Amino acid sequence: MANEQAAQQVFKNGLRAIAPMLPGVVPFGMTTGIAATEAGLAPLMSMGMSLIIFAGAAQLVIAQLIGDGALPLIIVLTGLIINLRMVMYSASLAPYLGHLSTRWKAAIAYLLTDQAYAVSITHFMHAGVGQHRQWFYMGTAFPLWVLWLLATAAGIWLGAAVPPGWQIGFALPLVFLVLLVPVIRDRPSAAAALTGGGVALAAHDAPYHLGLTIGAIAGVATGVSAELALHRRRSSP
Amino acid sequence: MSAFAIWSMIVIIGLGTFLLRFSGLQLLGQGSMPDWLARTLRYVPAAVIAAIVVPAIVHGGPAPGFSLDNTRLLAGLIAAAVAWSTRSVLATLGIGMASLWALEWFAGNLP
Repeated sequence: MANEQAAQQVFKNGLRAIAPMLPGVVPFGMTTGIAATEAGLAPLMSMGMSLIIFAGAAQLVIAQLIGDGALPLIIVLTGLIINLRMVMYSASLAPYLGHLSTRWKAAIAYLLTDQAYAVSITHFMHAGVGQHRQWFYMGTAFPLWVLWLLATAAGIWLGAAVPPGWQIGFALPLVFLVLLVPVIRDRPSAAAALTGGGVALAAHDAPYHLGLTIGAIAGVATGVSAELALHRRRSSP
Repeated sequence: MSAFAIWSMIVIIGLGTFLLRFSGLQLLGQGSMPDWLARTLRYVPAAVIAAIVVPAIVHGGPAPGFSLDNTRLLAGLIAAAVAWSTRSVLATLGIGMASLWALEWFAGNLP
């Protein structure tokens, strides 16, 4: 009984920590629902995407690519490249949550998002970890999931009722700008971001809608080279 | 594109995304990963997020490209400054959208 109460308390701490992130999810999710409808997806497909893929940026880009008539193989590739960052999130949570049962890890994995990761890893690193740490993660991740489904449903339902002049699609780069700040920690990661953004912009008209993918690969390559160059300079006399 | 093709893509991307999310937790457990992989993955978030954000600001609006008509450029710069200094989603979203609407209104695109 005391155990259950402690877990509940930790869950609530997670809820409190994620609260400031929640308002950004609403326009982002609505935009995703609207974009999916505009791309010609049936309401059930748009909801299926939120439930099965559950990754905002990927869903938004996938909807745009389907609307533009891109090749299915390219759409799958682009979606997975956008979500590749989840490997890093998952790996960096492993020291804190890797000891749990497979069932727990599957639930944690399904609910993994930029926001839940950012808030949880900061908490685990600075506030330390207790016995019920997985409940802290759940407290951050679960409300995002609920809100995401509600917001995409609202976007699908409202559809064209939101005037295009409001440009609520601008919420996507705004939300991701905030997520970009903490991942630029040093000069190599700044170089990765500058190259990724610059090349994706230059390759905007690349064939098969590969601009984002080319930008991402160029950015990672630049970050790795910059880190290696920095090491070499430090280790040389 | 047929409904079947779209559903197939959704399921494939969904499964792939789950495996990406599960991989680190499951494979690493409490161990560590090879250096080259850690080094590569370290730069994925910065590169991918920037590759999403920059084109969405420059080419995402009704007046894409580098022109004075593209209100997203200035609104995006203002929002970037707010994001950098506050790290707050609420402030960035609020000031970013408000700047965009003010610029659009100023340009005569909003009533």
